[in-house]
Amino acid sequence: MRRTRARTPAELVGAAPETEFQLTFDGRPVRALPGQTIAAALWSAGILTWRTTRVHGRPRGAFCGIGACYDCLATVNGRPNQRACLLPAAPGDTVMTQEGDGHAELER
Amino acid sequence: MPNSNDEPGTRETGRVELAVVGAGPAGLAAAVTAADHGLDVVLLDAAAAPGGQYYRSPAEGLGATRPGALHHDWPTFTELSARLAAHRDTGTIRHLTGHQVWTVERTGDGDWILHAVTGADEEVRTAVRARRMLLATGAHERQLPFPGWTLPGVVGAAGAQAMLKSGLVLLGSRIVVAGSGPLLQAVALSLTRAGARVPALVEAAGYGAYARAPRVLAANPGKAAEGARFAAELAGARVRVLSHRAVTEVHGDERVEAVTVSRVDRRWRPVPGTGRRIACDALAVGHGLMPQLDLAVAAGCGTRPGPDGTHAVTLDEQLRTTVPGVWAAGESGGIGGVELALCEGELAALSVVREIRGGVRGREARRAVALRRSRRRLRAFADLMGAVHRPGPGWREWLTDGTEVCRCEEVGAGRIRTACEELGAGDTRTVKLLTRAGMGWCQGRTCGFAVRELAAAHGGGQEPGGPDRRPLACPVKLSTLADLSGPG
Repeated sequence: MRRTRARTPAELVGAAPETEFQLTFDGRPVRALPGQTIAAALWSAGILTWRTTRVHGRPRGAFCGIGACYDCLATVNGRPNQRACLLPAAPGDTVMTQEGDGHAELER
Repeated sequence: MPNSNDEPGTRETGRVELAVVGAGPAGLAAAVTAADHGLDVVLLDAAAAPGGQYYRSPAEGLGATRPGALHHDWPTFTELSARLAAHRDTGTIRHLTGHQVWTVERTGDGDWILHAVTGADEEVRTAVRARRMLLATGAHERQLPFPGWTLPGVVGAAGAQAMLKSGLVLLGSRIVVAGSGPLLQAVALSLTRAGARVPALVEAAGYGAYARAPRVLAANPGKAAEGARFAAELAGARVRVLSHRAVTEVHGDERVEAVTVSRVDRRWRPVPGTGRRIACDALAVGHGLMPQLDLAVAAGCGTRPGPDGTHAVTLDEQLRTTVPGVWAAGESGGIGGVELALCEGELAALSVVREIRGGVRGREARRAVALRRSRRRLRAFADLMGAVHRPGPGWREWLTDGTEVCRCEEVGAGRIRTACEELGAGDTRTVKLLTRAGMGWCQGRTCGFAVRELAAAHGGGQEPGGPDRRPLACPVKLSTLADLSGPG
């Protein structure tokens, strides 16, 4: 293994990504690279929180990073309860902070 | 036969000789070895690319020209991948990517049917029918709760590593790495190589404890050398290694701003007055790994407790589980690392071949003997590692009543204490029924170990031996479940 110390992860692996694209998070544009998950794109933009809990309304984001803990649930393109750490980002995705169980609209 | 596309239902495959679940190091080694010997194999894996958690690599679109820079022993993986690709081309291995196996069932004639879902909305359901099944389902990280661990910016150490390896992202620029176990060193090094500053690696156990088993160390000189290399490289990256210490509090309102690191005694009891604040914008934390046993338990395989405090599948020297027709390899049989997983994957496949053929020829028999010897040596080291880093009972003392133990259902340590001390709960199941701890989305994967320890300590009760039972390995829709019993 190379014992280099890079300034960024992309530099470390010599990444030459394909053209970046845009998604929106709560209405604001976020850039993503092809192949990144929703969570990775959000982390890149410095966003760590995209869910509030059902009981105490506390902020949450990715925790286990491998799809086991379900803390990173977000509403993506209108569908609640999507695991952001597994779901690949796609151009034009609409990602919304998921409040509670994400079904508030159904209960109205 | 596949159903027509406009009708929901399950696609079924023809019967195969061997189904391998999991395409990490153990599953990959098993699948290619079995295929080398002419078995027809279906390899099911939840991810889009082979490698599992260990050999996770950047998605193709990220165009990594040096993916190996984030990995130890990358050539082993490229070799396995090439063999997999060759077998895929000839059709010996059908690699079903993106297939999450959620349950298994046995048919009347002794075959196994593995049920998998594909896609975020379970668009495709697949049923694989196999004569034999080899489980290489890996592990997930063991977590212990502490005040502030639900704050954004606190992530699993394995999670930080996974996000870095696959998405080339860091969750902060100044990341404290904490918990216990050898994974922490690897994570700290990856983060620094990728440009983050890691001010401290906080380890609750002490590395000196390894010296208490000189014979195991002597038999595994490579492991000792690796430890020395890690230490030197951590020093080079200006990572302070703080052993016999733990993060006992996380500070910040909306996200991490600092952590308090306290000294802990041999039983992991925090020593009052020793807390020191370290500024950081993220914390990567983990306390070792836990085998993922859902499918093995669903299949009826026996399990055993290990020296690390987790349960693992009971295996014989041939990597057979207690259920005929079911083998397991890698972390499923006890946390042991990549070298052991590769060894066991190959050995398990040879064992399957041996059973089908009623024996193996000279070269394979000699290979199996060598693999069994390696396995014994590596398992001895794994047991040592597990014992050194097994959480001491004193960790409970860093909890406050308000510390959330179950992240899904937001159940605080105080409520669990009440359930145990006042309501008489003495085991995980009763605590769960009284408090909802472990009843959420993750089905207790995250809090299970902690709840078990809290229940055992407060209730004074004897926890029943086995691991948590989860009839479904992941949440599925009711329609998927109904499809099992519906018309095929």
